[in-house]
Amino acid sequence: MSKELGWKKLPMGGIIEEAGNASSYETGTWRSFKPVFHPEICIQCLFCWIYCPDGAIIVEDSKVKGINFFHCKGCGICSRECPTKVKSITMEQEI
Amino acid sequence: MSSIVALTGNDAVGTAMKQINPDVVAAFPITPQTELMHKFADFVANGEVDTEFVLVESEHSAMSAVIGSSACGARSMTATSSCGFALMWELLYVAASCRFPIVMAVVNRALSANINIHCDHSDTMGGRDAGWIQIYSENSQEAYDNTIQAVKIAENPSILLPVMITLDGFIISHTTETLNILDGKDVRDWIGEYNPKRSLLDIKNPFTIGPLDLQDYYFEHKRQQAEVINNSYDVIVEVGKEYGKLTGREYDLIEKYMTEDAEIAVIVLGSTAGTTKEAVDILREEGIKAGMIKLRVFRPFPYKELREALSNFKVISVLDRCISFGAYGGPVFNEIKAALYGISSPPEITNYIYGLGGRDVGIEEIKSVYYDMKRISEGEKVKDYINYLGVRE
Amino acid sequence: MKLLLKEMAKKEDLLSGGHRACTGCVPADVLRQVLLAADNPVVATCATGCMEVVTTIFPYTAWKVPFIHSAFENSAATISGIETAYRALKKKGKIKDEIDFIAFGGDGGTYDIGLQALSGAMERGHKFLYVCYDNEAYMNTGIQRSGATPMGAATSTSPAGSVIPGKRESKKDLTTIVTAHKIPYSAQTAPYNWKDLARKVKTALAAEGPSFINILSPCYRGWRFPMEEGIEICRLAADTCIWPLFEIENGNWKLNYKPKVKKPVEEYLKIQGRFRHLFKEANKHIIEEIQTEVDENWENLLQKCGETQ
Repeated sequence: MSKELGWKKLPMGGIIEEAGNASSYETGTWRSFKPVFHPEICIQCLFCWIYCPDGAIIVEDSKVKGINFFHCKGCGICSRECPTKVKSITMEQEI
Repeated sequence: MSSIVALTGNDAVGTAMKQINPDVVAAFPITPQTELMHKFADFVANGEVDTEFVLVESEHSAMSAVIGSSACGARSMTATSSCGFALMWELLYVAASCRFPIVMAVVNRALSANINIHCDHSDTMGGRDAGWIQIYSENSQEAYDNTIQAVKIAENPSILLPVMITLDGFIISHTTETLNILDGKDVRDWIGEYNPKRSLLDIKNPFTIGPLDLQDYYFEHKRQQAEVINNSYDVIVEVGKEYGKLTGREYDLIEKYMTEDAEIAVIVLGSTAGTTKEAVDILREEGIKAGMIKLRVFRPFPYKELREALSNFKVISVLDRCISFGAYGGPVFNEIKAALYGISSPPEITNYIYGLGGRDVGIEEIKSVYYDMKRISEGEKVKDYINYLGVRE
Repeated sequence: MKLLLKEMAKKEDLLSGGHRACTGCVPADVLRQVLLAADNPVVATCATGCMEVVTTIFPYTAWKVPFIHSAFENSAATISGIETAYRALKKKGKIKDEIDFIAFGGDGGTYDIGLQALSGAMERGHKFLYVCYDNEAYMNTGIQRSGATPMGAATSTSPAGSVIPGKRESKKDLTTIVTAHKIPYSAQTAPYNWKDLARKVKTALAAEGPSFINILSPCYRGWRFPMEEGIEICRLAADTCIWPLFEIENGNWKLNYKPKVKKPVEEYLKIQGRFRHLFKEANKHIIEEIQTEVDENWENLLQKCGETQ
């Protein structure tokens, strides 16, 4: 991480050497609403995962395991697109 | 091994490009650069180079394409003139900021309007602050030599900056001269293989280049660029010396002509240096202690060398083949005055804007500049510091 | 092509979280979906625009693939150089990997300022995929109208005023313009239909030459709808036939989705603030004009695709 380095230490050409290092940047603080995952209702359609703009749905072995709150901005697309009659992801006010 | 051939400036640069055999060349036609492209297209069509030649739909895309190819570690070249150069302007900064060692030949031509296809230096002078190294050529030989040296300078691992070499439109580009050229193999051996540390095609080591800088990093990145171009003097000189060992033609940042005992001197770049040398020879026969300084490298600006070379003259005149509207004189004049600021008993300095839009400048006109200087050196007061040479009133 | 989310979810996301796109940004999901669909390693570029900005704020990058940004109008020219370097270096044995190349651009960088570079690259036949994430205005600079902004939409530079009710001109038909270059593959899709999108990306990357996909990418800030509705808006765009899903493979037009019941355009317009003014009595004729245009375009498309109403 080259954060706050002076010109003598920054890599040349303005490059960012570590691909995907934005993952260490917290956007979870942006949330006003928080998705709550109810695994017992989930049918594992993975729609929440494919539609999440922030890649914040945690999937292991092709199964939704929960939400990455470090990145989740709380847009609610996951809940909106959840097809189960009783939503497997519901939105709650962030405290 | 070398041979003596008769070539136009465009063909000389085209020949140098063939011998360099770059991985990628992208270009768009514009007069007077066109024949350079034709020459190179022949080499491609006849299998004399391995180059992938991209015939893009604009100069903007030409520079964009070599930015892309250079980011992939491909040795990349292009060529343009005038309005084409102006269209690239935005990307000149990108190429330099991302440290892509692109080599570009610019066949100098006036900018519109009115549209004019002939020589002046308004195009490359307009790109002087973009972060590129700029090397001007006096004749076809130099255009050829500079093209080859440019690759070695650009790709030096401590530099990695784009380099533009220039040649005066028509005056050099379309005039046949005899010159010495190297064997292609010798050129390739001398420049060596280009194996950069980073490439976008290195999929196992991905990185991002050209990201967004906010107020917290942009300045540091610019400061870094300022440092690297300022560090390139030594590399340019070293490459010029090495090239001298190879060819017997050594190159420096500036060239001095008859300056040892000279009291008055012209400072000039490009083909007019040749005309000025002729004028100096004639003036010497007349007993006038005339000399000349040719500025070969304009970026980085060799202020130390100029300060040393110019401090002993009584009067110097700077010839600018470019008009810098609203400025106090042409760009070369301004930078030379700045370089001399603070030295004890500096020479008197006058400026002559000349040759715009290909207006011919001959020996007589150059001589008139020296006569003006001579009178000033003998005590005549300077009438005008900024003069226009060869324009009708 | 059998596509299962279960299978796709085994792949690593190539756009990391922690990017600074707005909450609920559909274009960011479009980037994710496109990259997830690529099978070979990818080298990517993106025109200046919101997606480029939010994914690469120094010293952070969300791109896990090699990525370059150069300028606004030259995404296609940049990828031309990249793809050419690839051919040059592969020929010399310096590169062994099979790599795919994707140039991204927003509608501003594609329909407008980058159209020349795109046209040139298509004509020259470089093997790459151009993806336009079409959010129908210059969102990065503050929602100004572009050639992709639909008729009637209010933007910062085509506001709904008392005399001029939003943008007066129709949306440019870019997919047809690109298709006229006779490239091997071009298509339109929308991210609600992830299967269609993924299949199209795979088909495009397998094409022997340039390919193009125009992807509707709703922007809730610019279009003024609730932030969780971005995917649903895409669905409505397809169901009203405002944004049909189709593809052209080697000159053959194919319709990929035909709604069972074609919904009236109001259904799409009414949930977006940018069209709110059209529902005033004095402007209702514009809705009729939009419907007429959509009907004509749809009819035209059906004919090209050999379909009937």
